[in-house]
Amino acid sequence: VTGLRSFDARLGGVRMRHGARHRSRPRGEAERERADPLVVALCAALAPDRVRTGPVDITLYSRDASVIDEGHAGIVCFPLDATELRSCVRLSAEHGRAFVARGAGTGLAGGAVPCGDPVVIVTSRMNQVLEVDLANGIAWVEPGVVNLDLTRHLAPYGVHFAPDPSSQQSCTIGGNVANNSGGPHCLAYGVTSAHVVALEVVLPDGSLALLGDLRPDPDGLDLRGLFVGSEGTMGIASRIAVRLTTNPPAVRTILAAFSTVADAAATVSGIIAEGVVPAAIEMMDAPIVAAVEAYVHAGYPTDAAAVLLVEVDGLPDGVAEECRLIEEVARRHDARSVRVAADETERLLLWKGRKTAFGAVARLKPNYYLHDTVIPRTRLVEVLTRVYEIAEEHDLLVLNVFHAGDGNLHPLLVYDAREPGIMARVHHAGAAIVAASLAAGGVLSGEHGIGLEKREFMRWQFTDDDLWAQDAVRRAFDPDNIANPGKVLPTGASCADMVHLAAAERARVGSNDPAMADGMWL
Amino acid sequence: VTALDLAEFVDETRGADPITCAGGRTQWHVGGELSTPCRVVRPPAGIVSYEPAEMTVRLGAGTSLDELHHTLAGAGQTTALEGAPGATVGGVLAVGHDGVRTRRVGRVRDVLLQARVVLADGRVITAGGPTVKNVTGFDLCRVLVGSLGALGFVGEVIVRTRPLPRATRWLAGVADPLPVAEALYRPAAVLWDGITTWVLLEGYERDVEAQASVLAALGLAAAAPPDMSRFAVRSSLSPTDLLAHARRAAPGSFLAEVGVGVVHTASSWGRHDALAPSVARLQQRIKTAFDPTNRLNPGRLDSTSVGVTS
Repeated sequence: VTGLRSFDARLGGVRMRHGARHRSRPRGEAERERADPLVVALCAALAPDRVRTGPVDITLYSRDASVIDEGHAGIVCFPLDATELRSCVRLSAEHGRAFVARGAGTGLAGGAVPCGDPVVIVTSRMNQVLEVDLANGIAWVEPGVVNLDLTRHLAPYGVHFAPDPSSQQSCTIGGNVANNSGGPHCLAYGVTSAHVVALEVVLPDGSLALLGDLRPDPDGLDLRGLFVGSEGTMGIASRIAVRLTTNPPAVRTILAAFSTVADAAATVSGIIAEGVVPAAIEMMDAPIVAAVEAYVHAGYPTDAAAVLLVEVDGLPDGVAEECRLIEEVARRHDARSVRVAADETERLLLWKGRKTAFGAVARLKPNYYLHDTVIPRTRLVEVLTRVYEIAEEHDLLVLNVFHAGDGNLHPLLVYDAREPGIMARVHHAGAAIVAASLAAGGVLSGEHGIGLEKREFMRWQFTDDDLWAQDAVRRAFDPDNIANPGKVLPTGASCADMVHLAAAERARVGSNDPAMADGMWL
Repeated sequence: VTALDLAEFVDETRGADPITCAGGRTQWHVGGELSTPCRVVRPPAGIVSYEPAEMTVRLGAGTSLDELHHTLAGAGQTTALEGAPGATVGGVLAVGHDGVRTRRVGRVRDVLLQARVVLADGRVITAGGPTVKNVTGFDLCRVLVGSLGALGFVGEVIVRTRPLPRATRWLAGVADPLPVAEALYRPAAVLWDGITTWVLLEGYERDVEAQASVLAALGLAAAAPPDMSRFAVRSSLSPTDLLAHARRAAPGSFLAEVGVGVVHTASSWGRHDALAPSVARLQQRIKTAFDPTNRLNPGRLDSTSVGVTS
């Protein structure tokens, strides 16, 4: 369970996430409830044991899987169904309190980090697959259904949910919707938005709305499309109609090893130039291959500078033809080995290596900061070279494991947070990587979202007018700014305690860098 | 890569008067009549840059689909956009209706990567980004597709391309569409008029051949595509509602996109549905924020699309 493992690792010493659910309530909690009428109202609407204000829950739910630790949860709620979810939102709104939706907390951009003591609404107990409707090609699911659980649930029907983020063993469909999540197979199949047909959402004022429906041309604006990827700032999905993707009749996975990163990158472009769009093209550089191989023994070549994991699927003849073309392109670019997984066991082992990459790095250093930018895929070599330089300039170790097919970089900076001053270096390097990606014609995020992590970088990609337009649609959904406030858009002042803590952090590391003084990476 | 010069287009849209944005007018009826007479403006046309290896193309929204696809074909690519002769890229995006191959090539709403949009007050904004994958900020491109030009006029776009299929083949025969659809893996289209089922296969030659022989066993043989010109009206239902309705309709009076939910008929199958109040409120707030004086395509977004009475 990679996702959970890294999640727990981020929590440091606090590993009571599951045990905490069943503990008896500390004595002080009853008094706190009396002091806060919203807690009383929530207890009445849900059940007292699913409305938490104790220090353990507050600590747990003040963070997600990002490195951001400035959040603070006010009240943590665990609704069991749409009615309870709606009560949580409605009561928060009535009490003028902000709320933050949270799935499994695997987000890497701080999207679920609560700013300013809000109500944290945890959807993980709303985990039912409500209906599988094969005739309409959809399934209705609750937001807390775990991504991989959904695909397992669908397996007997010969269909699956295509988005497959690396955290799929723990991340939820609601979280996928909030972040418009991706994954390796998004190259051919598209990100979450392409796989969400309709959404029933609780709007920030507590009302229900159905966005999109099962008709291909729904009425009016595509509010469904706007809601997907809105990172919890437009409400909370209570039911989601996901599109079912037919399992391909044939699948082949190819592992190609190269002596240079440039050869691997040229192979990526070469494959696309052949008119082949594989289901996935993943690249791993030598440091990550070494870490993965030591961890899962998948048979990755540890002496190569880079490997490509390419998957093709579809009807058998096309799959065979694409395999042949890909091998040819790889050989043309001096691949030192090209290996097609002989059977399903070998194929799954290769993928296990890729998907446990983030778990594997825990063996190198206790902490990592995973970045997420997109660049034009023809500029992979140039930007990767720059990424290595940036890491060296900041005396950091960087590993690269990413979705090369769509140019979605994931530089992974590994470090030991106990080392004095290290976080400043990590953040500086991260900002430099973002800047290099934008300079190459790229964008801030391909699948992790903006959250708190990159909201100040938004000004690097968008003008004030662009941001005005984005804020205009947000305000249409949430005029009172109570749904996950302070996220996505660079609004600085709306997360006062974070700004305060950021200032303290700056004082601690003693930086006089003007970019950092602007709080740009917070 | 230089962006298109939108200055002239921006100048044209300037003013306080109601304006409409015209492409090829091939789907001008969608969204109903404009509620007031409007001055007509036209977005710029022409391909700005095309990078086959990126599978993206940047062009003026007024570029015809024919011109775009002619250029892309030179590099073995196309897009998921479909339209009648003369249709423009901007028009097809503004209407947002998928083409007949949607089962294989995906939705129109997933094609638009970036748009430069002239707002009602003359400001020009950029929505989305130039890369094939992007979740930076709120997804304004999705809400622009199908917005009927009611939020802003799109001047320049970057759209996603896709490889041209190696082989394409239409087949037809008298058969029930459901077993036909179930026998196939990702057909580009399965169409039914109550008597005949048409199938469009796309892919590698030998796969198309193999799927065609599966269809031969079900009574389908190579054929011309169906004549869609006699069906002027498009209605949209859930795939199951569509099939239930189609089974009761007069054979030959419709052409149903099986598994999609779109039906083409001579006269409407449907009635007008109002938006749910909570959804209508959201839509109105967005419209008001972008176009407070309702000068962009007035009336278009007010009209509701056609559902069906069962």
